[in-house]
Amino acid sequence: MTKKIKNLNLNFGPQHPAAHGVLRLILELDGEVVEKADPHIGLLHRGTEKLIENKTYMQAVPYFDRLDYVAPMNQEHAFALAVEKILNIDVPIRAQFIRVMFCEIGRILSHILNVTTQALDVGALTPSLWGFEERETLMTFYERASGSRLHANYFRAGGVHQDLPAGLETDIAKFCETFPKIINDLENLLTDNRIFKQRNVDIGVVTKEDALDYSFSGVMIRGSGVPWDLRKSQPYDCYDQLEFKIPVGKNGDCYDRYLCRIEEMKESIKIIKQCLSKMEKGPIKTFDGKITPPSKKDIKQSMEALIHHFKLFTEGYRVPKDEIYIAVEAPKGEFGVYLISDGSSKPYKCKIRAPGFSHLQSMDYLIKGHMLADVPAVLGSLDIVFGEVDR
Amino acid sequence: MNNLVDLEKKINSELGTKINSSKIKHNQIYLEIDSEDLIDVVLFVKTNKDTKFRQLIDITVVDYPERSKRFKIVYLFLSHEFNQRMILSYDISENEVISSLTSIFPSANWMEREVFDMYGVSFKDHPDLRRILTDYGFEGHPLRKDFPLTGHTEVRYSEDQKKVVNEPVKLEQNYRNFDYESPWEGTRYIKELADINDKKN
Repeated sequence: MTKKIKNLNLNFGPQHPAAHGVLRLILELDGEVVEKADPHIGLLHRGTEKLIENKTYMQAVPYFDRLDYVAPMNQEHAFALAVEKILNIDVPIRAQFIRVMFCEIGRILSHILNVTTQALDVGALTPSLWGFEERETLMTFYERASGSRLHANYFRAGGVHQDLPAGLETDIAKFCETFPKIINDLENLLTDNRIFKQRNVDIGVVTKEDALDYSFSGVMIRGSGVPWDLRKSQPYDCYDQLEFKIPVGKNGDCYDRYLCRIEEMKESIKIIKQCLSKMEKGPIKTFDGKITPPSKKDIKQSMEALIHHFKLFTEGYRVPKDEIYIAVEAPKGEFGVYLISDGSSKPYKCKIRAPGFSHLQSMDYLIKGHMLADVPAVLGSLDIVFGEVDR
Repeated sequence: MNNLVDLEKKINSELGTKINSSKIKHNQIYLEIDSEDLIDVVLFVKTNKDTKFRQLIDITVVDYPERSKRFKIVYLFLSHEFNQRMILSYDISENEVISSLTSIFPSANWMEREVFDMYGVSFKDHPDLRRILTDYGFEGHPLRKDFPLTGHTEVRYSEDQKKVVNEPVKLEQNYRNFDYESPWEGTRYIKELADINDKKN
């Protein structure tokens, strides 16, 4: 007698700790093997692009913090660069170093979170306890520079909002000395760990060809052996003056991506050190008074400055008619801003290209044929943050 | 090709009449084509050994409600080999159905779903054209310029019906869109007043 066997449909998330946010995954299971995965996204959709169209260029910056909220300043960077390129303004060198330094801090923030939560997903609790302590330190740096731990709103078209407070540079330098030891500790726990390897090696393998076809970027494409990093290939700000290496994986599995992230953190520390040593005192935003608001001191003495201040914070600055796509190497991959300006003080269109969107799309391709228990491992190594996927 | 100018020449000579206009700006190449030629042009730039735009970065739409061809569809491509970016675009009218790129780039799947969701542009031959970012049962296309920023409906949990209900948006205070344009350059209300005065006279 034959028994009829039916596949099981399993609802994974949206309230599942391993879903890394609000992912609803409909899995079709044949026993324990996943036959099909259909991610339902949009549970965190806030209409960022629509909101940006209704705000001035300066008011649009905070929305970028709320995309990938574990590395906020990297997103602001893309928007600032796009506006700067249309306005054709130069950024003072100190501001460039500050921005690059905070982008690398953002990269470490994001990679710590990803590496440790991935370990948590496959059963290791300690790394996240150690890693989050370091994230706390880094977020204090964010707070000291910008005033808030997460939603910094620090970068401006033409530079950064304010200069670094006294003592911050030495504290960041101190962190650069102590942090490599923490990475070593994490590596001691994970890299050669038998369980961690069993859960990650040969899981979620991406070939070079597929990485290209599925629009992968960042660690997802480097893990598969494509040496592609926008910081090297299309350098922006002062990345061309800095020395760093691009770690590239071999097998394109979850384990290689983990190794890439660990190495990238080490490289980021190098970049931060170089930024600190090359940074000299100087202006931190462009002198163009039509874009940069006047200083508080000027406002109290000059009528002209007061008027400029008022106009900049009500009308905002006008951006000439143009169309541009600018991408930066965010921790998760290529984060891009496609901006259309129409000569007014609000963007006509601002499309945000989030790396996580195309990564999550490949979930079905990555997980097909794997076991149910591999879903969190693959999801963890995709490095998904729903702020940017859903926008 | 490593040089953008050479690349532009190459594309123009190989594809000839299919390219309506091309320009180089911001280190990128901008191409305008007709909607029927999309598949041919994309296949060419993807496979040709001198272009190799192997990666589709994004698909998006720009809405110009005042134009007869309302939507401008934009494709962003990247060539790793030559380290170049290309922006491909064409205009379509509101009810036109356009070809899907899913057979050439699997990643186009979600990007096209997003375009469909946000702008209501439909694709033919798309394997799975569903809404993606908006809620289940959502109506309208939010990124169209004529869609209000506040939306049409708001969601709340109804204690009486014991379920989540959709209701028309009610705001305590109306959404205020201030006109901050410099008065000496003619704010909207000044222009409107001038128009009314002209009509009276």
